[in-house]
Amino acid sequence: MENNKTAFERLQLIRHKYRPTIRDYIPLIFTDFYEMHGDRLCGDDGAIIGGIARLDGRPVTIIAEVKGRDINENKKCNFAMPHPEGYRKALRLARQAEKFHRPVICFIDTPGAFCGVAAEERGQGEAIARNLAEFMTLRTPVVSIVLGEGGSGGALALGVCDELAMLENAVYSVISPRGFASILWKDASREQEACDIMKITAEDLVKLGVAEAIIEEPLGGAHNDLDKISENIKEYLSHKIPEKCQKDIDVLLKERYTKFRKIGQFSE
Amino acid sequence: MLEDFFNVVKKRFNDDDDKQTPEKPVFKCPRCQSSVPLEHYEELHRVCPECNYHGRLSARERIAVTVDKESFTEYDADMLSCNPIDYPEYEEKQAELREKTGLSDAIVTGEAKIKGSSVVIGVMDSRYMMASMGSVVGEKIARAFERAAEKNLPVVMFTASGGARMQEGIVSLMQMAKTSGAVKLHSHSGGLYITVLTDPTTGGVTASFASLGDIIIAEPKILVGFAGRRVIEGTIRQRLPDDFQLAEFMQEKGFVDLIAERRKMRSTLSHLLKLHGYTE
Repeated sequence: MENNKTAFERLQLIRHKYRPTIRDYIPLIFTDFYEMHGDRLCGDDGAIIGGIARLDGRPVTIIAEVKGRDINENKKCNFAMPHPEGYRKALRLARQAEKFHRPVICFIDTPGAFCGVAAEERGQGEAIARNLAEFMTLRTPVVSIVLGEGGSGGALALGVCDELAMLENAVYSVISPRGFASILWKDASREQEACDIMKITAEDLVKLGVAEAIIEEPLGGAHNDLDKISENIKEYLSHKIPEKCQKDIDVLLKERYTKFRKIGQFSE
Repeated sequence: MLEDFFNVVKKRFNDDDDKQTPEKPVFKCPRCQSSVPLEHYEELHRVCPECNYHGRLSARERIAVTVDKESFTEYDADMLSCNPIDYPEYEEKQAELREKTGLSDAIVTGEAKIKGSSVVIGVMDSRYMMASMGSVVGEKIARAFERAAEKNLPVVMFTASGGARMQEGIVSLMQMAKTSGAVKLHSHSGGLYITVLTDPTTGGVTASFASLGDIIIAEPKILVGFAGRRVIEGTIRQRLPDDFQLAEFMQEKGFVDLIAERRKMRSTLSHLLKLHGYTE
């Protein structure tokens, strides 16, 4: 079905108060979820949760950015803006998955990595960079899904994968449209105009070779039917995860590298 | 090449003489405010003799002061970027910058020798759209690492960047993954990668290949960080200390191995290369 919503309309939709978060999805998609905490270096970031669960009986590792559904949850998860320890926890769990031959499923839903003093002091840049490099050669399948907002490097740190899917109304961008307007036009109020030219919708991303699949949302958006959207996500994963697990890992890694290697437009 | 660089400087002075300027040009240091003859500042490769402020060098100047004379061969000199999200006037802006800087984009890559040791080298140039990383920068870096892996050569990257190139949208973000993957590939081949952080290294470049060196060197007092200072000040609503995100601060926090002054950079690199067995 064709989605006629503009990027700006989708942005409003994914910021909707009742937009489902990963905490809503986990019990409807997976069974036996055990959350694991901490990066073993510094602390436990609330903006990224991770753990082990079963998908159709198969053990998988889940790594996800968490949005809060109310002010208390948002305080805990810092409005889904991870600190370096969140990315390092993600990498620790990914390594654990590699060791025990579990596929990794990443859920992206963040306005961006947190910009603050502590984040800088603990190496926000290094933490993201490390994930990009390490996920590229992680010897187990990785599938990522953008649930709502895919903001910048903070999203990409969970986005180096074998296949990227977008929920139908999700967006993924180099910087938030507001930030884009603020930096390029020195006027953050031109957010809507930025949305129009940035090419951030699911369809745009498939065209640009960044995403491979679009997961259909119920009419009016994911919040209108949680069971249905969970079913759609599960259907996608139930098909995709076995497919990736069957592949020879060296072939998979080569394809993963090539997927990113070929993104870019230049002449010579 | 070093000579060429000085000839340019000399020529600049001679031109001034032609115009019969009564006083010699002066460099006013933006950090310590002292005035020194421009000639002297240029002789020191743009380092303030009073406070050790390290001014920015263009990619060509950096190559001239770093590698052995006439040893540099450029890679992918003619690669030009397209306009992936049809950003208004992006092509015009690029054409203007190419004309002004003589660059094709924000990085120059190639092969050279440093005191006899062969290296693959990349140098970013902040005059070109604040050395932001778009398709061309990403592709040139990826190719540089891939070629180095094939040829068993070490890589030296001089970084400087405002981050991802917004005008290329999501395509620029993906260059972070592309370059980081290429670093990993080179690393798997056993190659040494030395990052030299220069002023300013920020955003998506800090969050990708710049932070992945086996050895990370920084020039003194240069700016290195992920988020911009103003963005953080806006978040916390207070002024940050002056030394926040300077090389020395980042070294104290554990993200920089060593700080090397520009006049010692060539010998520092040479020693490190030879310590890893990269001899003539």
